[in-house]
Amino acid sequence: MSQAKVFQASTGLKVTVAVFLLFWLVVAAFPLFWVLVMSFKLPVDAFSASPLAVITGPETLAEKGGISILDMLLGAVAFYLVYQAVSHWTRGVAERVGFGFTPIGWILGSLIMGAAGLFVFVIILPIVTGAVNWAFGLIPGLSLLAQPVIGITLDHYIAVWFENEFYRNFLNSMTVTAGVVLISLTVGTLAGYGLARTPSSLAFWLLIMALIFRALPHSVLVTGYLPPFINSREILEPFLGDAAPTLYGQPLAVIVVLVSINQPFTIWMLRSFFQNIPAELDEAARVDGCGHFEAFWRVIMPVMWPGVITTGLFSFLLAYNDYLVTALLLDAQNQTMVPAITQYFNRETTTTDQVEAVAAAVSITAPLFLLVMVFQRQIVSGLTAGAVKG
Amino acid sequence: MKTKTFIMFVGPSVFLMFLFIAAPLVSVFLQSFQVTQGVFEEVIETKCTPGFPAQICTEEASVRRVLDDDGNPVSQTSWVGLDTYRTVLDPDAVSAAFDEGGSGWSQLMTIDFYKALRFTLTFTLITLPLVIGTGLAIALAVNRCVESLKGPVIFVSLLPFIITPVIGALSIRWLFIGDGIMTALLENWTGQDIAMFAQGWTIELLMLFYRVWHVAPFAFVIFYAALQTVNQDTLESAIIDGASRWQRLKYVVIPHLMPLIIFVALIHLMDCYRVFEEIIGFSSQAHVISLQWLTFDYLTPDDSGNRAISRAAANSMLTMIGIVILLIPLLRRTYRDHKNSSH
Repeated sequence: MSQAKVFQASTGLKVTVAVFLLFWLVVAAFPLFWVLVMSFKLPVDAFSASPLAVITGPETLAEKGGISILDMLLGAVAFYLVYQAVSHWTRGVAERVGFGFTPIGWILGSLIMGAAGLFVFVIILPIVTGAVNWAFGLIPGLSLLAQPVIGITLDHYIAVWFENEFYRNFLNSMTVTAGVVLISLTVGTLAGYGLARTPSSLAFWLLIMALIFRALPHSVLVTGYLPPFINSREILEPFLGDAAPTLYGQPLAVIVVLVSINQPFTIWMLRSFFQNIPAELDEAARVDGCGHFEAFWRVIMPVMWPGVITTGLFSFLLAYNDYLVTALLLDAQNQTMVPAITQYFNRETTTTDQVEAVAAAVSITAPLFLLVMVFQRQIVSGLTAGAVKG
Repeated sequence: MKTKTFIMFVGPSVFLMFLFIAAPLVSVFLQSFQVTQGVFEEVIETKCTPGFPAQICTEEASVRRVLDDDGNPVSQTSWVGLDTYRTVLDPDAVSAAFDEGGSGWSQLMTIDFYKALRFTLTFTLITLPLVIGTGLAIALAVNRCVESLKGPVIFVSLLPFIITPVIGALSIRWLFIGDGIMTALLENWTGQDIAMFAQGWTIELLMLFYRVWHVAPFAFVIFYAALQTVNQDTLESAIIDGASRWQRLKYVVIPHLMPLIIFVALIHLMDCYRVFEEIIGFSSQAHVISLQWLTFDYLTPDDSGNRAISRAAANSMLTMIGIVILLIPLLRRTYRDHKNSSH
């Protein structure tokens, strides 16, 4: 008890800490929150100088309709419930549907939770709010709560996703990220395991090389890729004949490039996860007659999945967030989401275009938001794993 | 593990790194001494127009791209030594700037490379203490937070870190663009008309803010994890010895965090030196550019569809010099750790 008392802070300090923390939370979340709000308004409201007009959207309300206080309350409750469900149950769902094979479980589990969340927001919520609004509208004193007060429109999202065919960019992004995560984990776990289990100085020098490679600006590497990628048809023709491809603009080529750029980071991180697994475990397996590869696959990998998932998350972020490589190596047809949005706002001639760019930005951020929701613990452990081990 | 098994395990990864990182590096190094240009030839054409009593004929010389048998334009690569570096660094313009009659610094800043170098360096050095300070402050604050609030607080804090850099920069930009609400707020306070995107230094301020906002969560998470392992006995004895809260922070907590502060600093220097996405997100190329953006710009096809590959290569090589300088302390640290751990 006395220890707790000694560590007790004075009131002044407590208030300072609370104020600072609150300030940081507002700074951290406000830009994202504001962009989200803007994306649902007509341009007049979205770029209004008065914050109140941006939030309530009077023009949007008058022209497109909006939501009532009740809708907001119910929406907040639904959001809280989904957040709790996702953060508590995803693990259980993942274990149940994974048939003991954890990564598949995590992917399926996340998809199931995502679909369930979507179901709640798109189908159940409108029905419930519709019914509640109708019921409150009948009660004389409370009907005000059911009146639409905040203007909201989905026009920009519809324009972005369907008229401007953003779904194509979304699919391209998904292809590239899925490819990068899969290949970099396959190649990376093998290398990470090898590096963690070898005391030789060869391994050390490889890691030093990887460290140097990690520091290289990506533009330097792209400078090296561009000429051979553009001319790859002529270069490869002697070997492959007519099947020689032009690598420029190929998603597959970009996947391999991103995997390679990502390798140094991946092997450092996976190596530090493998080092946490005691070497006695594979020695025991080897005594029982396993080969190196068998020991790796049957004994080490089953306890290694948390590390693999964490590394996979960071590979996902790298591929998903990349601008430089995809902008230079993919043509307009195969463009991923992030470069596509800049083309969008470069031609921002009208304010409608700008709000559409805002809606596209929110669309890109939404999956990342879900990712943090589900994998918060893994992301934190991944960040610290690299650091504490050095 | 035998060397042969080791090679089998690391083989695919090493192969990829050599093919797509080491090989391009060598090729960039070579390209920076070469220039590839289209081959042109001078053609003399005789053009005749009807006239009286004889046709009026003029001979006109025109320059044309040489085409090969298939009709493709022919290019030719030649070694030019340090010429491309000279174009990028422009030593003549530098000496002109500092000669009599030159306006010195401001004239130097009209040359792209120095403009980019100046921004990249100041940006890196200014954000470093801000990121570490902010990260540490958040970590200390969250550490004192009520247990049940820690999860949501970490969740919100991770958002700026996880967001796509270009999108993060854009979302800050949208707060300030034109009469955006933050600009309106500032105008209200100062009573002046403010245009955040009309001059370089205000854009740089926004970029600094964005970078700290984006990276502080990373520093926070690492410091926060390390705070959990501070030796409680040492802290207690410090209290018994009458150390104030500030002294405990200075003499117990900070020394415990020191290796991680250095780690975060080195990672931050490496990443910050590659500053690029901010330029795209804030569309600041007219005022502020960075070294990596300059390479990107050389690589982007210009109006006639040409990419300035050799200038990009030279610029890349010059950028690398900075990276090497930044890496030396990190490499020395890793080497020391390696030697210590093997004993």
